[in-house]
Amino acid sequence: MKFVDEYRDRAKAEACARAIAAITTRPWSIMEVCGGQTHSIVRYGIDELLPEKITLLHGPGCPVCVTPLELIDKALLVAARPEVIFCSFGDMIRVPGSSADLFRVKSQGGDVRIVYSPLDAVKLAQANPDKQVVFFGIGFETTAPANAMTVVMAKRLGLTNFSLLVSHVLVPPAIRTIMDSPAHRVQGFLAAGHVCTVMGTSQYGPIVERYRVPIVVTGFEPLDVLEGIRRVLRQLEEGRAELENAYPRAVAAAGNPAAQDVLNDVFTVCDRAWRGIGTIPQSGWKLSERYVEFDAEQRFDVADIVTQESDLCRSGEVLQGLIKPNQCDAFGKQCTPRMPLGAPMVSNEGACAAYYQFRRTQVEGDK
Amino acid sequence: MSEALDLEGWSCPLPLRDQPNIIMGHGGGGRLSAELIEHLFVPAFAGTQLADVLRQLGDAAVFDLGGARLAFSTDSYVVHPRFFPGGNIGDLAVNGTINDVAMSGASPFALSVGVILEEGLAIDELGRIATTMGEAARRAGVSIVTGDTKVVDNGHGDGVYINTTGVGLVQAGLDLGPHRVRAGDVIILSGSIGMHGIAIMSVREGLEFGSDILSDSAPLNGLVATMLASGADVHMMRDPTRGGVAATLNEIAAASSTGMKIVESSIPVDEDVRAACGFLGLDPMCVANEGKLVAFVAPEHADLVLEAMHGHEYGRGATSIGMVVEDHPGLVVAKTGIGGTRVVDFALAEQLPRIC
Repeated sequence: MKFVDEYRDRAKAEACARAIAAITTRPWSIMEVCGGQTHSIVRYGIDELLPEKITLLHGPGCPVCVTPLELIDKALLVAARPEVIFCSFGDMIRVPGSSADLFRVKSQGGDVRIVYSPLDAVKLAQANPDKQVVFFGIGFETTAPANAMTVVMAKRLGLTNFSLLVSHVLVPPAIRTIMDSPAHRVQGFLAAGHVCTVMGTSQYGPIVERYRVPIVVTGFEPLDVLEGIRRVLRQLEEGRAELENAYPRAVAAAGNPAAQDVLNDVFTVCDRAWRGIGTIPQSGWKLSERYVEFDAEQRFDVADIVTQESDLCRSGEVLQGLIKPNQCDAFGKQCTPRMPLGAPMVSNEGACAAYYQFRRTQVEGDK
Repeated sequence: MSEALDLEGWSCPLPLRDQPNIIMGHGGGGRLSAELIEHLFVPAFAGTQLADVLRQLGDAAVFDLGGARLAFSTDSYVVHPRFFPGGNIGDLAVNGTINDVAMSGASPFALSVGVILEEGLAIDELGRIATTMGEAARRAGVSIVTGDTKVVDNGHGDGVYINTTGVGLVQAGLDLGPHRVRAGDVIILSGSIGMHGIAIMSVREGLEFGSDILSDSAPLNGLVATMLASGADVHMMRDPTRGGVAATLNEIAAASSTGMKIVESSIPVDEDVRAACGFLGLDPMCVANEGKLVAFVAPEHADLVLEAMHGHEYGRGATSIGMVVEDHPGLVVAKTGIGGTRVVDFALAEQLPRIC
């Protein structure tokens, strides 16, 4: 595959790993923010190529993982209603709520469908005027423009049977929360490339300044990740803290202004609960006043549902990089992909699931 | 989630309790299917003369009868849509059961066909499906010798469901199965993977990938006969259908208490399939095949069997993908393209496309 295979080349990966080893003089801890990067690291065994002195911490950037339990419970309630066609991205279907997941709702007669594009849900609403079509609009800044377009289109088409169950979250407030935590171990960040494709890089400069921490905008293929790590290390070793873009083929400093216009129109910044972490002020998006009629929480009266997390699950600490997934006592025992206690065990991008799927050979030795 | 505490010391006397209803994953060929069979069907069907044959959980049951060694297998086909690039439910139903019989090393000779039709189905469509089934059976040299037809009310079926059952004769002295897989065996894959699953997904989900990816649905009894005729010491074969090569390798690793070491870059995946999997966030190793086999062969015979396979139309792309090892029994470990390693798990149920 052109434009992909070039970034999975073994000789180049090994060369980059050698360059990393050559500049590393002492232990450093680097956090990759995005779940896609975590997946890539374990999927390709990237960390095995790094010097032992370097620790990769897996950040809170898996959209499935940080979606709060109570929102899953709301989704389950809405999806179970007979008049509803509930549409979701594939990997949200298996995320456990407090008593069930969307698969269970489907097996009990709920009309739950996996869509590949949010706009497919709008098409479903057009094709099923006697049904209420609800789209589960979660994710970071990356998925937000396409999710926002659903309500723009629904409004334009005059659809009264479409709504959005929204829980969008934002990367910069999460990075600030981690850096404000007294226990944090992070000395440098790989910023999420595709988030910056949409939003640009301007939000990260102030974080670099305030916390004196290197941030390198990084892609997702193995060579991208290695190059991001190399650049963070070079800064750390030279005592610098700067914002760098190691993913210029997909990220422009200004981001995507057309997408930002849609986001500003459709969403407004709000406080958001992050699963396993808690509420972070001004860390998410909800529908703006102009689109509030498309808010599924209002339409189906589930706004007031509140639920509790499992007390065995330490996903909050995993998501903040305080512990590795296999340092949680429930890991691989009470908590497996088959019976996940917390969301990071569900999604492919979740750090716990990635460790479970790709790392069981080392699990015992790491402890 | 207070119920989570119930799982302390979970040793699965009743592992089905967390799912009070059948969910789609129970038919997906992954862990949920395996648990349903092991904990619900096997105990319920116990206590008969040949019950131990069921307990082996092979694709085909193999047993002696009147001096002959028979292989016997059944499969039901509920694929939607019924017509897809490269085939339809009919040839899939014929090839699939032929392959299940053939993987035991048997030569399949007869099939039964049971059809469940939904009221309202166009006769013309059924005719096309039946014609394809006849063609597939003739191509494989297998006779369809008995059948059954039922019709259900409109809305109670999905057009056509087909069950096929096949019987075959195992040659004297041939014994294939996980009990013969051992460290040192070379793992051979007959061709490129993932085509059937992606072909189905492309039409089911209305995805367009720029070019048609055709299902690889094909009868493998001829290829199996060629491999065995080469004289190579084949220890086991399996067709990696649902759950793909990852599920097959994991099942065999577990059943044989061996580890599998594979080299990811040696696994053939067509460019189109790779692109589609990349786009959907799927692992090609977990995607279904309908015309491929995985064979475990004594190392000194690997070249012999590969040469034989290369001379057969369904084995031209055959290649060695790794070997069986004593380390990490029950686990499949892959060397990744950049030189790292990863554990190849098998999907819990069907793979779910990733969010971004």
